[in-house]
Formats: sequence, C-alpha cells, structure tokens
Amino acid sequence: MTALELLTWARGPGLSIALAVCAFGILLRLFEIFGLGRKADLSRPRDHSPGSGWRTIVSRSLPPPGMVKQAPVTYIGGYVFHLGFAITLFFFVPHIELVRGLTGLSWPGLPTQLIDIAAVAGLLALIAVLASRLSNPVKRFLSGFQDYLAWLLTFLPLATGYLAFHHLLIDYTLALALHVLSVELLLVALPFTKLFHTVSVFVSRWYNGDIFGRKGVAS
Amino acid sequence: MAFDEPTIAEILRRQGISRRGFLKFCATTASLMALPPSMVPAIAAALEKARRPSVIWLSFQECTGCTESLTRSHTPSIEGLILEQISLDYHHTLQAASGEAAEAAREAAMRENHGKYLLVVDGSIPMGNAGYSTIAGVSNLDMLKETAAGAAAVIAVGSCAAYGGLPAALPNPTGAVPVSAIIKDKPVMNVPGCPPIPVVITGVLAHFLTFAALPELDDHGRPKVFYGESIHDRCYRRPFYDQGKFAETFDDEGARKGWCLFKLGCKGPVTYNACATTKWNQGVSFPIQSGHGCIGCSEPGFWDMGPLYKPLSMPIAPVQMMVGAAAAGGAIAGAAMAMRNRAAKKSAQAAHQKVTVEDLEKAK
Ligand code: SF4
Repeated sequence: MTALELLTWARGPGLSIALAVCAFGILLRLFEIFGLGRKADLSRPRDHSPGSGWRTIVSRSLPPPGMVKQAPVTYIGGYVFHLGFAITLFFFVPHIELVRGLTGLSWPGLPTQLIDIAAVAGLLALIAVLASRLSNPVKRFLSGFQDYLAWLLTFLPLATGYLAFHHLLIDYTLALALHVLSVELLLVALPFTKLFHTVSVFVSRWYNGDIFGRKGVAS
Repeated sequence: MAFDEPTIAEILRRQGISRRGFLKFCATTASLMALPPSMVPAIAAALEKARRPSVIWLSFQECTGCTESLTRSHTPSIEGLILEQISLDYHHTLQAASGEAAEAAREAAMRENHGKYLLVVDGSIPMGNAGYSTIAGVSNLDMLKETAAGAAAVIAVGSCAAYGGLPAALPNPTGAVPVSAIIKDKPVMNVPGCPPIPVVITGVLAHFLTFAALPELDDHGRPKVFYGESIHDRCYRRPFYDQGKFAETFDDEGARKGWCLFKLGCKGPVTYNACATTKWNQGVSFPIQSGHGCIGCSEPGFWDMGPLYKPLSMPIAPVQMMVGAAAAGGAIAGAAMAMRNRAAKKSAQAAHQKVTVEDLEKAK
C-alpha cells in the first residue's frame, strides 16, 4: 500500500467509519445520560437563584481567584491548549473545506502563519500539562489510563498535522494520511472516553450550577 | 552500434548547435540532475564521445500521449535533438516500417547491441488475456520479457508503464500491471506522468550516456532529482495558499487573480514531479499556471485516488447517509439503554424493603 493509497482510504472508508462511530456514540451517550433522570428533590430550594446554572457555565470556565498563581501550568496550559487546538481546527482552510464537504457550511479561514503559531502553542501547552501531570504527585495519583489516552489522542492530530504542514521527518503524503487517521482515532474514541466533555461540558456545568444553586451554594 | 556512426556532439554540430549551446545544454542537464557545476565538463566530454545509444521503444496498453509529449516540441530544442539523435531502432508509432519488417528491425537491434541497448516502455501489460494487446501476433508480456533480456536498463515511461495507469484503474478489466511487476532482474526506472515531462527523459538519457548508469531512484523507482519535491512545494501560487487566498470557482475573482487552486481540487500537495520547475513546452507553463489544479498524474494509481475536483481534505465518498443512519442507530440504542436503566431503578425501588425500629429491636 502506498502512502497515497493510505490517504485515499483515510479520506474514504476510514472517514466514513470514524464519523459513523462518532455519531453513533455521541447519540448513544446523550440518550443514556439524559435518560438517567434524577431523583425528585423534595426539599425546598435553599435560595431562590434563577440562572445559577447559566452563571456556572461562565464562572467554571474562569479560574477561581488565586488559582492561576497556584497552578499556573494547569490553568494557562489548559487555556492555551484549548484555544490553540480550536483555532487550528476551525480556521485552517483545509479543515473548513472538510466541514464544507460534509455539511455545506463554510467560513473564512486564517493565514497559515497564524494557524502555525496556534498549533505550536497548542502542542507546547499539551507537553507542559503532561509534564506537570507526571511530576505532580497528586495529579499523577489521580490520573488513570484514560487520561493518558485522551492526551495522546489529542496530541497526535496536532503533531502529525504539524509534521505534514512543515514536511518534517516523514514524506508529506504519508504525514497527511497519518494525520487524517489520527483524527479518525480521536473521533472514534471521543464518545467513549473523557473526551466526551467536548459535547457534555456545558450541560454538566449547567446541571452542577443549578443543583448547587438549589442547595444554597452560590455560583 | 557501428563505429563509423557520428557521436552525439557531431550530430548536434551538424544540426547547427554551437559549442556554446552544447555546453549550455550540459550545464542545464547538470543543474536539472542536481549535479555540481564541476560535473559539466565531464558530461560534455562523455556526450561528445558517446555514440548514438540504441534504444528500443515498446508501446503496450497506452494512448501514445507519452510519445506525443516526447516528440512534439515546436521549436526543436537541444533536448529534442538528443532525443531525435538517439538510435531509435524500434518504435512502432514513429518508424516507417511496419509488420514483419519492423519486428526484424527490433530483433536486429537486440542482436547487435545485446546487453547495451536501452529499453523504453510506455503502456501497461495486460495479464488477463494475452489477446488483449498484441504486436505482430506477439503478446505484450512475451515481447517485454524477450526484449528486456538483452537490455542494459529499462525505462518505464508514463504512468501506465510505471504504475499501470489508466488501464489498471478499477476494475482493471485487462489485469494491467506495470513493467516493474514483470522485470525483476534489470534496473527499471519509472518516469511517471500522464504524460511525463520530455526534459526528464532527455535528462535521464544524458545521465545514462555520461555515467553508464541510471540516476538515483526513490522508493517508487523514480529519479530523485525530478521527483524529489512536491508540486505544492515549488508552486508559484504557494504564497496565496499560505495567506489563505483561494479561487473558489474557475472564473471568480480569485481565479483571475491567480490565487491558490486547493479548493478546486489541486493535488499539488501530494504529487511529486518537476512540472512546477521545468514546466512544459520549453518552460512556457504548466497546468497550475494555466489555471487548473494539478491532478496528480504522476502518482501511483492516481485514477482511483478520489475525485479530481474535490479538495484534498474533503471526504471522497458521500458520508452523510451513513453518519445519519449511525446517529439514528445511536439514538435508538441510547433510548433502549435509558429504558433498561430506568427499569433497573424501578425494580430496585420495588424490591426496597423497609426496615422499622421494631424490626431492628426484634433482630437484637
Ligand atoms: S495551486 Fe496547488 S500546488 Fe499550488 S499552492 Fe495551491 S494547492 Fe499547492
């Protein structure tokens, strides 16, 4: 199999399978989660705090006072990675073309120099948070296989994309094929690992905020 | 090769090519082949002494486009002359003789230059039924094997001879294979392209005449000097790609301004060839310069590598139906799971036994 054949498989059957598994998994998990239901809370709400869930979505997305100083790698690394990843994912023109191919939607892209900066920042941040996860005893204790798997599955698309774009180490066609395949791995794993937070993060933040609001914990 | 034959330099002089012009050609060849300038005198000396190499050209399942490409130059260039001056002892499109006379010429050339002649092949070889393609009643496979046996080296010209090309495109009705699938005991060099660039052929011939060997080849058997870089890396529209400026259709503002053709399906990023540097028609232009994306014709199996007009990053097959069905399946499975969870919860509630203080007292 040549690199181009691998790329063609990745763009064809590979992509179909990955997207199908991802769509299947996301719907399955959403129905499962929402179908769980919650016990009726018979107690009277402590405080009347309408909008507590919505406020939590915002407040939990910002670092609590003092925490950036205490855990700079976690917070700054986390922000830089998520931003870098999102910019690379949504504003690199070939990616937009993929979305256009799938859905017909498109939007303007960014120059590749900016994408490059975002990707490098994302990669460095990922390395930094992994280093801190490994060196900090508490974090290491709390980390399981899934955490490292999620890290790897996120790191690979960025890394292979970077190699492909800059023609580093491996032949471009092969790098591109590996890049697409790594994204497909990510798609397949997304619904069934902690990576599902891409879909569920704001739902769970809203729920937490709302339930704590009822229990009298201000958000 | 008779010794009273003129050398290549003599032939070129007779054609009115000056010494200066000849050296310029040697220098161009050296730079094309990525050889240091110090090699120019060596190339010149070797070419001056070289006699016309005997070349046998076999055409199998092909469209004659490769021959067209190599022979059609509107103003005869030195490359063209070199090509014309090789002793093309057999080429059934170009030679005057036909039928048995032509075959006799091939056999004579094979006998006289045994072990020394170059075999050039264009077109793929059908392995299905020998009758799919024959020349003078001889199957392509037999003729290739027989002619390759006495060749110094084999050059597979064009994507068909190099990789199977169009005849080998799915579902490959004739069972077409490339030269390299059959000839294993001779150096085989692939010069793919549909058709390949003429100067690549003459450059390689010059290399063979100078060093009596084929140039360095890559994993796909292609001369590295010509196929070492992708079209995208050498494309003059690359700055637009980097700035995110793309033509969206073939006649929009972007197309008129000469912006990048990625969105129109350009395969330049995954195609390794010299079009962007040597160009075509004596360096006049190449497909991207005339406004059409690269179709990747020099890559193995390019016919089956997805639609020509879809951007490289777009999915090849329509996935919407499959994804929609998978999502619906996921929803149903999720709902079933939710129902099962609820039933489990309900039965747990039903099985819940109340324990009263009296029960506990009794249990004491
Ligand atoms: S036109 Fe094709 S080869 Fe040129 S920069 Fe754009 S994508 Fe690359």
